[in-house]
Amino acid sequence: MNILVCISHVPDTTSKINFTDNDTKFDQNGVQYVINPNDEFGLTRSLWFKEQQGAVVHVVTVGGAECEPTLRKALAIGADEAIRVAIPATDGLVVAKALAQVVQQGHYDLVIAGRESLDYNGGMVPGMLAQLTGFAFVNTCIKLDIDGNQGVAVREIDGGKETIAVTLPLVIGGQKGLVEESDLRIPNMRGIMQARSKPLHVKEMSAAAATAQTISFEKPAPKEAVTLVDTVDELIDLLHKEAKVI
Amino acid sequence: MPVLVYAESDQGTIKKIAQELISYGRGIADQLGTTLTVAVMTDASAQNLAQYGAQNILNIEHEVLNTFSADTYAAAIAQAATSINADVVLVSSSANSRYLAPMIAVALDAAYVPNSTQLPVSTTPFRIKHSVYTNKAEAITEMTSPVKLIGLSKNAYGAHSFEGSVHTTNFTPELSTSKCRVTATDRATDKVTIADAEIVVSAGRGLKGPEHWHLIEDLANVLGAATACSKPVSDLGWRPHSEHVGQTGKPVASNLYIAIGISGAIQHLAGVNSSKVKVVINTDPEAPFFKAADYGIVGDAFDIVPQLIEKLKQFKALNA
Repeated sequence: MNILVCISHVPDTTSKINFTDNDTKFDQNGVQYVINPNDEFGLTRSLWFKEQQGAVVHVVTVGGAECEPTLRKALAIGADEAIRVAIPATDGLVVAKALAQVVQQGHYDLVIAGRESLDYNGGMVPGMLAQLTGFAFVNTCIKLDIDGNQGVAVREIDGGKETIAVTLPLVIGGQKGLVEESDLRIPNMRGIMQARSKPLHVKEMSAAAATAQTISFEKPAPKEAVTLVDTVDELIDLLHKEAKVI
Repeated sequence: MPVLVYAESDQGTIKKIAQELISYGRGIADQLGTTLTVAVMTDASAQNLAQYGAQNILNIEHEVLNTFSADTYAAAIAQAATSINADVVLVSSSANSRYLAPMIAVALDAAYVPNSTQLPVSTTPFRIKHSVYTNKAEAITEMTSPVKLIGLSKNAYGAHSFEGSVHTTNFTPELSTSKCRVTATDRATDKVTIADAEIVVSAGRGLKGPEHWHLIEDLANVLGAATACSKPVSDLGWRPHSEHVGQTGKPVASNLYIAIGISGAIQHLAGVNSSKVKVVINTDPEAPFFKAADYGIVGDAFDIVPQLIEKLKQFKALNA
């Protein structure tokens, strides 16, 4: 089984979010980048398929050379090969169209992406990729087993979950549950050394025209200080009369 | 060139999130000087949607649509949009809408901007304000594709009241069966879900163990609220993962979020900060959550929560 894990290179959750150039660009100053958490659950599940079922795992990202340390980390954790599509990740549809070309050229049976990235929170690439390639698609996937060309996926729905039977090829939008937090791996020295000699292919291609372009950013107004109260009566009164939520 | 809203229903009843979306769609249609068409799946066609702003209803009929599948629903909605030459298509931020929207975008070769927080800031050029960086910032994005697909953040616009009548048309899409076959559904039907709830009562490790969760459930019952929990609580197995709210769990965008014994790690706040009003009850006055809260009580949950349940019962009896 050939697996492609789509990885987004995102600011760590604890990063301070600031903008530069008259609020038109994200300020990368002092920002730590990580593998998008939802993608990391999927990457870890793909390594289980590699170790238990002999799958081959490739990782891919779309973006500039600054994303390569994130791909190297994925190789150090255990992926076999990495691909960087060297176009700017301008909008979801542009990224999905580029990834669709990678998928078609690489003969993948399973594509694992995260349900959404921490930066744009669009949650759009996995579904777009499935539609572009004609693969089946399961979003908010919290469990995945594969036997031959048959997959059984569990999807989180509002208020519960559902089990879905599906024939490969398949795209999933994964999240926590695919593996538990305690299963996530930290690269060890041997992995880091091996990662240096694993292939990292840089793929040039012409990008589709962007049709959604961010013009500017703004940060929310600073929050007013909390109103601390001493009694439950005061709280109920404020929630009723001031906040009007009960 | 009308605006098309996909209004989700559950067993024949239009969902609350869809009522809000219809009003938002009417707002955009008025801005553009066009009309609003609301697409519904057959079982919901009898609903009175004019009250939320609908002008036309497109009743989508096909036997394949009797059960939800993202691929068939997306194909049906995309065909419906094409049939009326819609150039703006709107979806909600429910789990199902977020599942099918990217597929609609590809089918219509439409730019897609989710998490919209208000009406377009301008229509020529077409610019949408939406939340990014897990609600830590907002972006203004210009959409230049002929057809534009927008997802509305829950609770960002609210349902408005309209008067008028609607004209209903039937539409039968051409569909094949879904690539996904649902073999089992496990869904508590007697509980308010986090996605639908107006009030969410959530607790963390401060509750000291799963045996104390009756306090949270009792409080939720009084308020008609959903119950939720912090990540450590779900990791410890005190509560199911489906109750975990935060960055890697479920997002919460309720009117009122009550956090009990939750310190407020940044990953937790990321998932709940689009809730309108946040109340924190914590023994530690230095808990980071107080900085993100609207109202707070510094105190022991085991002391405060039982009082809150009793007083709220009295309040509800008086205000019923």
